[in-house]
Amino acid sequence: MNIRLTAFATTALGAIWGAQAFAQTELTMWYHGAGNPEESAVLDQIVEEFNASQSDWSVVVQSFPAGAYNDTVIAGALAGNLPDIIDVDGPVMPSWAWAGYIQPLEIDQGTIENFLPTAIGRWKDDIYSVGLWEAAVAMVTRRSVLEKYDIRIPTLAEPWTRDELDAALEAIQEGGEFDYPLDLGMAWSADEWYPYAFAPFLQSFGGDLIDRSTYLESDGVLNGDAGIEFGEWWQSLFDRELVPGTSQDPADRDSGLIDGKYAMSWNGNWAAANAVEAFGDDVLFLPAPDFGNGPKIGAASWQFAVSASSDHPEGANQFIEFMLQDRWQVAFSNAQAVIPATSSAAAESELYAEGAPMAVFYDLSKEQALLRPVTPGYPVMAKIFRKALADIASGADVADTLDAAADEIDADIEANSGYGN
Amino acid sequence: MASSLLRSDRAGWGFAIPAFALIGTFIVLPFFFAFYLSLTNQRLISPNPTEFVGLDNYRSLLGVAVVTLEPERGDDGAVLRDEDGNIEYPSLRSVTRNDDTPQYRGMREWFRWSSGDDARVVIARDVVFMKALVNTFTFVLVVAPCQAALALGLALLINQRLRGINVFRGIYFMPVVVSIVVVSLLWRFIYDGQDGLLNNLLSGLTFGLFQPVDWLGNPSTALGSIIVMSIWQAVGFHMVIWLAGLQTISPTLYEAADIEGATKWQRFRFVTWPGLRNTAVLILIVITMQCFALFAQIDVMTKGGPLDSTQTLVFQAVERGYGKQDISGGSTISVLLFLIVLCISLIQRWLTRERT
Repeated sequence: MNIRLTAFATTALGAIWGAQAFAQTELTMWYHGAGNPEESAVLDQIVEEFNASQSDWSVVVQSFPAGAYNDTVIAGALAGNLPDIIDVDGPVMPSWAWAGYIQPLEIDQGTIENFLPTAIGRWKDDIYSVGLWEAAVAMVTRRSVLEKYDIRIPTLAEPWTRDELDAALEAIQEGGEFDYPLDLGMAWSADEWYPYAFAPFLQSFGGDLIDRSTYLESDGVLNGDAGIEFGEWWQSLFDRELVPGTSQDPADRDSGLIDGKYAMSWNGNWAAANAVEAFGDDVLFLPAPDFGNGPKIGAASWQFAVSASSDHPEGANQFIEFMLQDRWQVAFSNAQAVIPATSSAAAESELYAEGAPMAVFYDLSKEQALLRPVTPGYPVMAKIFRKALADIASGADVADTLDAAADEIDADIEANSGYGN
Repeated sequence: MASSLLRSDRAGWGFAIPAFALIGTFIVLPFFFAFYLSLTNQRLISPNPTEFVGLDNYRSLLGVAVVTLEPERGDDGAVLRDEDGNIEYPSLRSVTRNDDTPQYRGMREWFRWSSGDDARVVIARDVVFMKALVNTFTFVLVVAPCQAALALGLALLINQRLRGINVFRGIYFMPVVVSIVVVSLLWRFIYDGQDGLLNNLLSGLTFGLFQPVDWLGNPSTALGSIIVMSIWQAVGFHMVIWLAGLQTISPTLYEAADIEGATKWQRFRFVTWPGLRNTAVLILIVITMQCFALFAQIDVMTKGGPLDSTQTLVFQAVERGYGKQDISGGSTISVLLFLIVLCISLIQRWLTRERT
């Protein structure tokens, strides 16, 4: 009896220990892509393969709609229950790192060697996040339109100058064929579009949102000579009726180029597939113009990070390292038209391989991309800049508006004791 | 002995407590919390400790000053004028970014008027807030009477025994049931500056004479456009309240009036209107409070633009608290808004009190 009982107990204990040895520790992950089935399918496949590939960790994903994602993370952080792994929009990363939401990544440097530099989220000598993809903006138009108006087709090596761009827009306007020569996307006023798409113009003029050597002062930079020159040019686009203003119909933004309302559209790689489909070989994705200080476009998309409160950072890092493989970059790129973060993945993807219709976007990311100011103050700065752009477009005095914006940015930095800079 | 309120109405308290608890947790407590936050420098995202800053937030919202700009004079002392004959003044930058006048640093022009050759400029520490304040009051002053009157008119129209009257009631009430966000999006299409429904309609009615107006893109029409749309959207709700009031008026009063030979106007003036007195007080207060909370239309249609012509207090509170991550600034606006609405409600109560 005793022997049988002991034997039973030993078996039972063995069973429990055995189960523990084989049980994987659960890692939770939040992702911003709810409502996008193709994207979720890729992520689910990654998680499935990762969970099967090793016996320590089991990742569980919870997706949120992109619009509510940041608020969810902020609320989660305030309530003290962030998951182990989160994804973070590139420009927001320093803010979350500063606030202590995320911790530096510990991944093998070799795995990210070949990555586009803008897909890696560095803040203060540490890498906090890595993205599997990039996004880029280009001037979308048609070869036939440019040829008709005798406009030079710019190249990466030789983009349009400011004068060339202005002359091209005016020539198209004179033709009277289109409602407006250029669509900047002023209808997308809600999100990050204005600072992401238009700050690079300011930077190409030689200005910026903030002095990047200290990240402490905007006065004299945003409202400096280059800033005011940019502002005057920006306002003149609207005064000369070369572009639709802030009240642009969102539907026109989505289909105006294809419907023939606009000759050109300043738009991202995510919308490029429609243009390829509509115009075929005639479509052109042109690089940003050079306003004097080199052509620039915005950079950094969604990236993956480990939350600071994670109990298992080693597992979270292991999963992120697993995600960084080229094949997942290719899968994401094929599923949702994003630009792969490595040249080798780009070469294997359907849209960005050599000779593929959208291949130029990879080169744009590589050649022209400039990160938005890498500081925890960026999200607020972006809001202030967004309003200044909208006000100037609607006819506000350029110098006064930029002065006020610079003052507001500086006041915010001071109120946050320099944002740790 | 305990008062009867506490003792004999145990069931009453039982029914009331859930509501009291919810109101206390989600309305009263957050208000006191907002008041506390408005005295600190609380941020939405920050590792820095929260500090008590006293009334700084109120000062930076409400700071206003008047400066005098003297006209530019030539070497001979004559006032310089531009081609149109307007007097030329130095830029306001010379005052607000001048080390000799540090107290005006960072302030911006709100509005100006001329006095003799000089220009008096009202500068505010937070011009956007000031504009939001003016816009919100404009909105309330236009919408409250118009919406209440229109709703009463509709209620009188549908308070008849006609075949199919419920169809009309349904149609008038429909916009209230649809989400305000959806309504705002649809009206954005209606107001479209080029080929929107409204522009097409007006140009059709005038045989092409009417020039299309960019309703939401023009600072002088944007707020008006939102006012019209808001009145239309919520008028059905108040119509139903008026209707409820109308149906409490005893038909015998109308019969008596008919026997006395009253005209239609006299019936309205001496039977209907006095009978609606309490309804009118309720509707006025409800509309006023709803108007002060104007947010969704702005957020969907204009984001406060163009040139701040549609900024409102609640939109600014949200924009600051969440957009600019300044919870204390947003709380300060909320507290000011609460005080404004409280004062106005008290004045309305006093004006419409029962005179004995």
